[in-house]
Amino acid sequence: MEGPPILSMKGISKEFFGNQVLKNVDLIARPGEIHALVGENGAGKSTLMNILFGMPVIHSTGGFKGEIEIGGEKVTIANPHEAMNHGIGMVHQEFMLIPDFSITENIKVGREIGKPTMLSKFLGSSMDILDRRAMSKDAQNALSRIGMSIEDYVKVAGLPIGYKQFVEIAREIDKTGIKLLVFDEPTAVLTESEAERLLDIMRRIARQGIAIIFITHRLDEVLAVADSLTILRDGELIERTMTKDMTVVEIAGKMIGRKVERLVDVADTVRELDDDTVALELRNFSVAMPGEQVSQMDVSVKKGEIFGFGGLAGQGKIGIINGIMGLYPSEGDALVFGKKLQLDRLGDALRNGMAFVSEDRRGVGLLLNESIERNIIFSSMQIHNKFLWKRGPFSTLNRKQSKEHALKMIRLLDIRCTGPNQKSRSLSGGNQQKVCLARALTMDPNILIVAEPTRGIDIGAKKLVLEHLVKLNAEKGVTIVIISSELVELRSVCDRIAIVAEGKVSQILPPDASDAAFGLAMSGMSIHDAEGEGEVHHE
Amino acid sequence: MSRTKDFVMRIGWPRLIIGLFFVLLIVVSPFMGLKLTDVFSDVLRRWAMFGVLVLAMVPGVQSGIGLNFGVSLGVVAGLIGSTSAIELSYRQGVQRPWADLGFALLIAIPLAAILGFLYGLLLNRVKGSEMTVSTYVGFSAIAFSNIIWLSLPFKSGVLVWPIAGEGMRNTINLEQSFGGLMSNPAVVAGLPRGLRWLAFEVGGVVIPLGVILFFLAMCFLNWLFLRSKKGIAMSAAGENTLFTRSNAINVDHMRILGTMISTVLGAVGIIMYAQIFGFLQLYNAPLMMGFQCVAAVLIGGATTRRATITNVLVGTLLFQGILTTALPVIKRLMPSGSTLSEVLRIIISNGIILYALSKTKGGNQVEK
Ligand SMILES: Nc1ncnc2c1ncn2[C@@H]1O[C@H](COP(=O)(O)OP(=O)(O)OP(=O)(O)O)[C@@H](O)[C@H]1O
Ligand SMILES: [Mg+2]
Repeated sequence: MEGPPILSMKGISKEFFGNQVLKNVDLIARPGEIHALVGENGAGKSTLMNILFGMPVIHSTGGFKGEIEIGGEKVTIANPHEAMNHGIGMVHQEFMLIPDFSITENIKVGREIGKPTMLSKFLGSSMDILDRRAMSKDAQNALSRIGMSIEDYVKVAGLPIGYKQFVEIAREIDKTGIKLLVFDEPTAVLTESEAERLLDIMRRIARQGIAIIFITHRLDEVLAVADSLTILRDGELIERTMTKDMTVVEIAGKMIGRKVERLVDVADTVRELDDDTVALELRNFSVAMPGEQVSQMDVSVKKGEIFGFGGLAGQGKIGIINGIMGLYPSEGDALVFGKKLQLDRLGDALRNGMAFVSEDRRGVGLLLNESIERNIIFSSMQIHNKFLWKRGPFSTLNRKQSKEHALKMIRLLDIRCTGPNQKSRSLSGGNQQKVCLARALTMDPNILIVAEPTRGIDIGAKKLVLEHLVKLNAEKGVTIVIISSELVELRSVCDRIAIVAEGKVSQILPPDASDAAFGLAMSGMSIHDAEGEGEVHHE
Repeated sequence: MSRTKDFVMRIGWPRLIIGLFFVLLIVVSPFMGLKLTDVFSDVLRRWAMFGVLVLAMVPGVQSGIGLNFGVSLGVVAGLIGSTSAIELSYRQGVQRPWADLGFALLIAIPLAAILGFLYGLLLNRVKGSEMTVSTYVGFSAIAFSNIIWLSLPFKSGVLVWPIAGEGMRNTINLEQSFGGLMSNPAVVAGLPRGLRWLAFEVGGVVIPLGVILFFLAMCFLNWLFLRSKKGIAMSAAGENTLFTRSNAINVDHMRILGTMISTVLGAVGIIMYAQIFGFLQLYNAPLMMGFQCVAAVLIGGATTRRATITNVLVGTLLFQGILTTALPVIKRLMPSGSTLSEVLRIIISNGIILYALSKTKGGNQVEK
């Protein structure tokens, strides 16, 4: 991994409206190298990449300082298209695929191959017809380069999440002359087995001489695939080093700036579990959420419990929260403390003391153009009439109260921002997640359902969030349901974990059950079944 | 350096350029033989005249129906209210300007609310293409109102063509009614002493304080509403429907609410407009009213998805200010008697609209 760098960013500084988010940062990537870029939420990783891609957010906020060299030559990148021409590609965290297009069409969109027709002689190449055969060949080629075998004419809409990610990658690989590929938190939405697969693909791509910049909060992945890494803290370059010299704890310490003892460290507290009262019960519960179907699920969560839902993507665990929130049509019963919810009535769950953190923070969880403060108090104000000034027929927002509360939440969850008035759009991904959580906490719920609560947030913050959930549970007796793709996370805080497969609960396991038991449950079997099957084979 | 950069960024290039152009026009106008006091009077007058109409854009945009080209629906309601009030006074054989104004509002507001409700129902069925549909609705409202003007059984000589005895006039003089009541010093002079502050002259500049205060009061009410529980819910509906639904708010209801408020403001707006102008203009006169309002609010910095009261205040001043100052200046530049200045007037006013519309994409709407 020696030799001249393909990319070298030198002395990059960037400020947003007087808020310095990058200070004199260097970044170097060499051909065939997997280079990890790590740092806390808001450290400036995405901003650095936005600069590399010439994104409009950068130009519209006054540009940046510093130089970018590609293949040893100084370049200016004015927009993402120019970045593409320089051979730089990006695998987005939020998918940029068109559901109704086939895999081929998605891979080739914007770079279609045309066959000249009569008309195009006069009217230019926009009148070409598509050369589907050539396009399909290219797509197959790109797919096989990442070791994926799937029919390229399948529509993207029905694909499992993991596959969509792979289609994204294939699309970038297919671009001619691609020299550098950026992955911004690609594994955040993937389950562990899918993430494994992705890492494999990254290695495969690197072997073809392409440089990879890999942004992730999962430090074990960094150690597993990256050759070298750059650590950012508060917009400053802390260190560029080879991965083989580092341990997870060392990296985490450098990221956060203080020593980290354990990664997930949840204090043992004495809690009273009320075994007799059922807080949330699902009976014969089905949710018609495309890609995350729940079918006739039965499960009950006890009062004061921390209950986890795990399982592979696409098996239905995400459907549960969306059904109860009323965002997708559901059938069957959901009972809260014995009271049946009328899920076709908007917000019935909220009025019955529940609160939610959606897995889709940008789509469902946030008003991106509103301030942090407005986002945090919104639900509580609308549902419980809090933070209002009553004056005759008018009840208007009580700015003083709402600001005080927002400041409290910002401190509590360590939301990195310029103040409660900052628009939530301009927060870093992880800090947006914390705002969603703050909104749910403000509801002061009896039952809190959180989906992917730590997606995209750094280890320091992850610890903070999980510890806070546990504290809330211990001190206020809030029943907490966590839906997560990260088994480690579930096992570190939950009392019981239900593994969802094919829309049903396949097993409810204690957190200390064996890895094998979890693995089998995810494929819809129990240890018992597996042994049974074994016997059948012996016969 | 970065101070000025920040300043420019906050105001936005388009507003800065248009603002400078506006100042330039004011500076050159004395050299073109125009009296500066007249220019200021005119600008102030037009600002107050269009204010409430432009304000009608805000609830529409915030609730998610986009720029309400169909504000003409409210305008028609306002005109029906005004003409009915005049007819009412005529039937009773009295001349009572204040009562006319009151009745005009009293009739127009509920009518606009009902029309706005139905219009809102329609817009909920065409989600995604509201702006196209609202443009059609605006035009159809005017076309339909033509039938109304011809068939209303009004008798007042002020309203009806004198010879035919039926069918209403194109332009109705409000001299006998509420024309200039809150804006014209000459009219106000005839009022009791305690009301003389409604309009007066300061160093040759006419200050229509009454309407200005009315306009600002409407802005304040709107601002208050947008900070209320309902108002915040309505703004959320316009920004993110999934977020709004997941907070137990019915997005369709909020959109209807926004459409109703917008239509009512359209009705109130045209009554204020007529009050300053001194005339009611029926038939096709309000055809392009929606476009003018849209252009003003866009120049003020609004987008199709977000609009604020500040956008209204600034935008109306810039748009109407430029129209009022540019036209006399151009007229002086043109050889007298030519119709060229009229052509230029159309080019300028439509040019600004076109420019503003072309700016609706981009700007603050860049996704991260
Ligand atoms: N458009 C913007 N306007 C203002 N501030 C911004 C904008 N975009 C990002 N920021 C700020 O820049 C800082 C760096 O954000 P960035 O998105 O680069 O963080 P990140 O390292 O990618 O974090 P995460 O791991 O949470 O995704 C944050 O404090 C954020 O609030
Ligand atoms: Mg980021």
